[in-house]
Amino acid sequence: MSVFIKHPRDFFAGLMYASVGIGAIVMAQEYNMGTSVRMGPGYFPTLLGGFLTLIGVISMIRSFLHAGETIGAFCWKEIALVLGSVVLFGVLARGAGLAPSLMLMVLVSAWASDRFKLGTALALAVVSSVFSALVFVKGLGLPFAIVGPWFGM
Amino acid sequence: MDILANLSLGFSTAFSLGNLFYCFIGVVLGTLIGVLPGLGPVATIAMLLPVTYRFEPVTALIMLAGIFYGAQYGGSTTAILVNLPGEASSVITALDGHAMARRGEAGKALATAAIGSFIAGTIATFLIALFAPPLAEMALKFGPAEYFSLLVLGLAVSIVLAHGSLLHALGMIFLGLLLGIVGTDVNSGATRFTFGQDWLADGVNFVVLAMGMYGLGEIINNLEKKGTRELMARSVSGLRLSWKEFKGILAPVLRGTAVGSFLGILPGGGAVLSSFASYAVEKKLSKNPIPFGEGAIEGVAGPESANNAGSQTSFIPMLTLGIPSNPTMAIMIGAMMIHSIQPGPSVLTEQPALFWGLIASMWIGNFFLIVLNLPMIGLWVKLITAPYHLMFPVIVVFCAIGVVSINNSEWDVFMMAFFGFAGYMFSKLECEPAPMLLGFILGPMMEEYLRRALLMSSGDFSVFVTRPLSAILLVVAAAALAVVLLPSISQKREETFKE
Repeated sequence: MSVFIKHPRDFFAGLMYASVGIGAIVMAQEYNMGTSVRMGPGYFPTLLGGFLTLIGVISMIRSFLHAGETIGAFCWKEIALVLGSVVLFGVLARGAGLAPSLMLMVLVSAWASDRFKLGTALALAVVSSVFSALVFVKGLGLPFAIVGPWFGM
Repeated sequence: MDILANLSLGFSTAFSLGNLFYCFIGVVLGTLIGVLPGLGPVATIAMLLPVTYRFEPVTALIMLAGIFYGAQYGGSTTAILVNLPGEASSVITALDGHAMARRGEAGKALATAAIGSFIAGTIATFLIALFAPPLAEMALKFGPAEYFSLLVLGLAVSIVLAHGSLLHALGMIFLGLLLGIVGTDVNSGATRFTFGQDWLADGVNFVVLAMGMYGLGEIINNLEKKGTRELMARSVSGLRLSWKEFKGILAPVLRGTAVGSFLGILPGGGAVLSSFASYAVEKKLSKNPIPFGEGAIEGVAGPESANNAGSQTSFIPMLTLGIPSNPTMAIMIGAMMIHSIQPGPSVLTEQPALFWGLIASMWIGNFFLIVLNLPMIGLWVKLITAPYHLMFPVIVVFCAIGVVSINNSEWDVFMMAFFGFAGYMFSKLECEPAPMLLGFILGPMMEEYLRRALLMSSGDFSVFVTRPLSAILLVVAAAALAVVLLPSISQKREETFKE
């Protein structure tokens, strides 16, 4: 495949545009199209999806015609740790409370750095989570418990 | 006389103790994030939005605006001292500013940037006061067709500004437009693209999108690069210009102000384009024996004045037309909506104290920047080399808490993580997020104006070219795109972005 694709960035970006565009057109068919005088909820999305698909196809065709650099490896470790820590926070926040879930989030995300040291990360986790839990819950009235129901509080 | 009355209303609002205080907090925070590595104004303003929920609307906007121009100021400091432009608008400053720092003239470059910005800010404040009211009046006469064409123009100009290929900028705009209409359609009540999920019924929140792209996505990018910052000057001295030097930079400053003020007003224009344009002008006119790129003082004075003037006048389309010219203005629109103010021509007549207070606060904020930041330069220099591995987890904390506090929903947190991945992927594919964000904000507005315009013309699409004002706007938009496509200019554009 890669023999034909000379410009991987253009190809995959085009693929992304085209698939989102086609997806939008397909989904928009469930909504009422209306007419140009009285546009229904499906009218504008279909229009946009059409343009986006067109752009995607052009980009993919171009990727066969001109050369470009390769995309380069994704840094999966950093992605998994940073985004995983955020998802973890979302899962835990209500049950465990803000302070423990923030602490865990700081620890996991800090791990993504090359210069990660457990000691400093722990200190950072405690300070930043206690600080923000206090500021946001006590100060700004965010309706989350500082320590959640899972800990029997 | 009207202007004086308006400005005095503005200054009396801005000089209240609370507003002065938050203006000060805003510019200091702004400088801080401009100086600190890996945190931009969009993510910061998004993070601080929840803090401003309880403020008076005018106070909230004053503080957020302060962050915006403060960040630009901080960005030029890092551009000069470490050759790493903190913000896109100071990319140009890094060229000659850093060359000056290498020659041991860091203080002079910083002082030039500060003085230039202040003069530009002062003039731009008066220009806003002068031009905003007539523009708002004109906008009140706009029909839906004109508004639609104006939005098209705004998006077209944002393409011109995007790095890299025109095609990808277009693709990102359409992605953004589609993303913008996710949720419940205001007209029919139909829920679109929600996959039957309740948490998508209100659509995607702008803060969630911005924090995912500019907050988390940037963090992963920075971690991948593993760069370290090398400081040019540990201590900066000579933060003064002689009278002769001041006279030397005055003309570039004024030219930069003129260029920046004009380009800032254009939807999609603003600080980045202004600084590039001003640099080009100064390069042509310079009589300095030191060539540009090797530390010519005009190369700092012009662009720095231009980006400050441009960033201030970019408030004009935002406040009078409700059209954001850059992602930061888009976030400001989000902030106004949170305080249930609909940006547009009616702000000026219905909320004069807010409008003029905000404008007056910009002048005050610029004054704060010059009197506080030059003496505080030692502190900023220390912060430039702040260890990123300790900073980014804290940024993650603020993003997560900021997002959770919008709707108290964990779904927003998951969505932010998703957009963080999308943001990283876009940078891998060299697709810029800025046009997408603009599309996202403008999507629902565009649909609404398109619908109304077609309703009034009985479904005839020619309404956009038969109404003269609308036709002019579309022609300008087409011209902007044509300019990018011209081979000679597209080559130049690539060169400018490479620098």
